[in-house]
Amino acid sequence: MSEPVIVFDKVSKYYPMYHHITGGIKQFIFHLPSAIKSFRSTRFQALQELSFSIQPGERLGIIGRNGSGKSTTLGLLARVLKPSSGRITLRGRVSPFLELGMGFHAELTGRENILLNGIILGMTRKEVRKRMDAIIEFAEIGEFIEQPIRMYSSGMLARLGFSVVAHLNPEILLIDEILAVGDAVFQKKCQDKMLSFRQKNVTIVFVSHAMSDVRTLCNRVILLDRGKPLITGAPDAVIKAYEGLPA
Amino acid sequence: MNLEYYKDLVLVLTQKEIKVRYKNTFLGYLWSITHPLFYTIISLLAFKVIMRIQIENYTLFLIAGLFPWQWVTNSIGAAPFMFISNASLIKKTAFPREVVILADVLNNMIHFLLSVPVIVVFVFYYGQQPSWVWLYGIPLLCVIQFFLICGLSMTLASLNLFFRDLERINNLLITALFYGTPIFYTIDLIDKKKYATLIFIVNNFNPFTPLVVSWQNLFMKGSVDMMLVLKALGPALLIFAIGYYIYRGLRWRFAEVL
Repeated sequence: MSEPVIVFDKVSKYYPMYHHITGGIKQFIFHLPSAIKSFRSTRFQALQELSFSIQPGERLGIIGRNGSGKSTTLGLLARVLKPSSGRITLRGRVSPFLELGMGFHAELTGRENILLNGIILGMTRKEVRKRMDAIIEFAEIGEFIEQPIRMYSSGMLARLGFSVVAHLNPEILLIDEILAVGDAVFQKKCQDKMLSFRQKNVTIVFVSHAMSDVRTLCNRVILLDRGKPLITGAPDAVIKAYEGLPA
Repeated sequence: MNLEYYKDLVLVLTQKEIKVRYKNTFLGYLWSITHPLFYTIISLLAFKVIMRIQIENYTLFLIAGLFPWQWVTNSIGAAPFMFISNASLIKKTAFPREVVILADVLNNMIHFLLSVPVIVVFVFYYGQQPSWVWLYGIPLLCVIQFFLICGLSMTLASLNLFFRDLERINNLLITALFYGTPIFYTIDLIDKKKYATLIFIVNNFNPFTPLVVSWQNLFMKGSVDMMLVLKALGPALLIFAIGYYIYRGLRWRFAEVL
């Protein structure tokens, strides 16, 4: 067995209750002693000693009800959050959450936005330029590529966004929604691209409420409940347990 | 952190800001110099015509201070919103957040440099000549101002995520800074006996004073007073260090509060 690409070792995450201070400086200063006290004593536990490891090429699904710690787990993987305790080991290039069109600016052309979006998603300029033609071709934007994207239809925007993401070349892919945009033909293209990630042995972590998507994409699923893993195993069994959770 | 990637990130984000700003090319440029020119005219009316302030070459004096000050106002004014307006990026990607600030301050610096030709026009109009000293004086003062503004911006942008009323206080701060910096007056106009404390504060507790006076010396006399430059550099580096320290301490909490 090869080395795991992702290891969570007893990872816990607490959030302080920020509402004590986001009331503003005035609020904070006038209620200084009580603000500090409550800031220290109240906290929200989002994850409790979560441990798991993922082998290269595995496609792990994380499911659970609202507030069970799914997003926190994904945030920790994306290195947007830091664990309160425990250790996370990541081997390989982690994609950010895939959100289409991150950082797009309406006044810039399609080409300029590809560069901007690609950089924000972690590519260097050289890497974006190398893929530029492929991205434009995949997006099927045609000559509109030199126009500001405020002139694009929503379908064109989504295709452009997906096309950049599709050319990222990550080793670990974090997904919080299934990406299939545009008309039926383009949606098929999107799905093929996602499947090609699977074939290229890309490790995928997928967080979702859509059980059918979890079934198609994942080969192992963790069920979280109030920050703790309930069970881990084959998709069907875990999904069944999830659906049987008491309301 | 990969250095090539970091460089590209700063470059592309700065380029984006500039492209967006000057998209309507010439009109965009005109707009950008309208602001400091407008302030110059207002100050002329208020202080020269009405208050009859006695400073030689007052129009040029105002321009020499107000044009660099525009950079301060633009950057510091936008600073509290730097991270808030990029919330989705901060919550979803691991890119180094300080780049947003670097790009904004660089953008405003370039914006200022593009307005230097206008200063040149006024210098000629008032029968003077641009000096060779500008060739190293402008970059030198730009670097100092860059550090000072970055430090303040990092502080404001980070703290405003936790104390959202900071953005209101910020506007007051900018106004106070404007009047507390010798931009439309010179310090020797203040009564030394009566207001010694005030002079002391303006001279020693406002990091912008030595900087703005240096700009005025540079554009009006073509001279760089190295003692004054050092007096500007020290606080600028200190404030940069403090700002970076605050930012570093808080940055892992950004995604939690946004």
